[in-house]
Amino acid sequence: MERIGFLKKEKIEEYLQSLSKKGELYVPVDVGRAVKFEKYLTGSSICLDRPPTLPPKSVIYPQSERLFKFKFKKDEGNVDLIEIEEVEDTKKRIIFGARPCDSAGFSVIDNVFIQTDTPDVYYERRRMNSFIAAKACDKPSAGCFCIAVGGGPFDDSGSDALITELEEGYLIEAKTEKGSLFLDWELIEPGDDHLEKKLKKKEESERLLSEYLGELKKIEPLDPKTESFNDENFWKRHLSKCISCGLCTYLCPTCYCFNITDEKKIFEGERIRSWDSCMFFHFTLEASGHNPRPDKFKRFRNRVGHKFMFYPEKYSQLIACCGCGRCIRFCPVSVDIREVVFELQKPRRV
Amino acid sequence: MGPKKNPYLPEIVTVVRIIEETPTIKSLQVVFDDPERMKNFKFEPGQVGQLSVFGVGEATFVINSPPTRKEYLQFSVMKVGEVTSAIHELHEGDKLGLRAPLGNWFPYESMKGRNILFIGGGIGLAPLRTLILFMLDNRKDYGRITILYGARTPIDLCYKEDLKDWGSRDDVDLVLTVDNEYPGWDKKVGLVPNVLLEMAPKPDNTVAITCGPPIMIKYTLIALSKLGFKDEDIITTLERRMKCGIGLCGRCNIGSKYVCKDGPVFSLAQLKSLPQEEY
Repeated sequence: MERIGFLKKEKIEEYLQSLSKKGELYVPVDVGRAVKFEKYLTGSSICLDRPPTLPPKSVIYPQSERLFKFKFKKDEGNVDLIEIEEVEDTKKRIIFGARPCDSAGFSVIDNVFIQTDTPDVYYERRRMNSFIAAKACDKPSAGCFCIAVGGGPFDDSGSDALITELEEGYLIEAKTEKGSLFLDWELIEPGDDHLEKKLKKKEESERLLSEYLGELKKIEPLDPKTESFNDENFWKRHLSKCISCGLCTYLCPTCYCFNITDEKKIFEGERIRSWDSCMFFHFTLEASGHNPRPDKFKRFRNRVGHKFMFYPEKYSQLIACCGCGRCIRFCPVSVDIREVVFELQKPRRV
Repeated sequence: MGPKKNPYLPEIVTVVRIIEETPTIKSLQVVFDDPERMKNFKFEPGQVGQLSVFGVGEATFVINSPPTRKEYLQFSVMKVGEVTSAIHELHEGDKLGLRAPLGNWFPYESMKGRNILFIGGGIGLAPLRTLILFMLDNRKDYGRITILYGARTPIDLCYKEDLKDWGSRDDVDLVLTVDNEYPGWDKKVGLVPNVLLEMAPKPDNTVAITCGPPIMIKYTLIALSKLGFKDEDIITTLERRMKCGIGLCGRCNIGSKYVCKDGPVFSLAQLKSLPQEEY
């Protein structure tokens, strides 16, 4: 079966329309000040020329979702009953125009939410019913460092298809079974002839990124014995400017921490799961008033530790960071997680 | 039920009895509405459950009745936050949600043949209670059992019935203490870690198990080390803010370990291998 197709530029609109008939289609849209993933509507102006401000994480893992509904009732004998109604979302979702780092982000969450003895059924259901086509990156943006954490601007792991923008059109490579969904042979033509051009672009893009990164080219998982890790002064030096706004976690494709809360009307209510942030004081605040991570240094240390030490420890040395650089690009006080990790890895200066 | 179990769905339980332990602590005895489930429910001493007050939320409590006594499951709840305040307003016959059992348990198999030293403070006696009762129900498997329990005042001591029983048994040494002198109190006065140092129990063939407020745990661990207990023989059960109870929501971790799933029971040796954090 043919796995590589080519879509002429003028046909993109028609292609997306056809794709939107196969499932709920999400594409990056310029909404002024930000590029975010929105449901595709005819005429939506898809924005592929710069990395989306927000990753498509929320398409599969919504910022807020209902886990179940409950109703308070009484039986004939006037005894109280509680009826629970599970919410099941089996909709088919298609993401077109994620970035390779965004897809890698889903792979990180998969390990936690799916590869466990108690899978998160809500995430799993949506993930299994999702189709992701990532658009390869031509040039690095400020803060990008995917190659340093094992990814790459043309990396296809975690994606069902990889899209490369060439001068005359888009090369579409199906990478998984599910990826065939993106090969709409009524609109595309065989694409093998364009492969060489793609490889050239890939090399060029990787070269640019590696040049841009300089010595930050390679980040290894942190050794649990890293000396500075338990040194409060190290964290103070890097974090005194942090304002605990949590932006880094909300823009992160790999952050998955959540909260569970109830909402109630008189005779019914629902249990809701929402994204939460480890950068917030109340995240670990106990009802007694005790807080194991009361200050921002400890919270940031936990965030860095989680991504570069604890997660690798649990999941065969994989780093829970996809190098998208959003937390660096958009941090209001310019905290750079790369510098912090890089310095932790340097042998300590005496 | 679908092919995969939804770990977030609670089962419905009914409150069958409420005991006022102290002015701020109540114990609730609950049974599953499904009698089959009640009969087949299995758990180990030290495991926890998430109690739901529908419309208010969920919170984690240890099952403090032992698996050897299964007419009901008992939870003790101190009124400190939203969910616990809502639980305090419940009556017998009211319905709750329960997700259980969650987490690990006390390694009681490896404690067989050894002397056991329990050190509890306040409501921290709850997780110890399940193991104490379990051991008393399997008394011949264990050596000397010593219980040191303290609270702020005599009024704040939990499980007064149990204390009376343990105090009267020949096969249990019970030491009670309160923080300050109190009219009519004829037992020890002083903070738990200080009383422990004064008691100076021998670490030989002894496992120490402790739970209490964070500050008590902190100094008790120091005291035990000072008395010569090995890190492997010091066991504690931790409390953290938890939401999911299944190691996903990310808030109860200490390094790579989740208190809800890999814990709540840890040895001091395990804790020392994790990043330094306040417990």
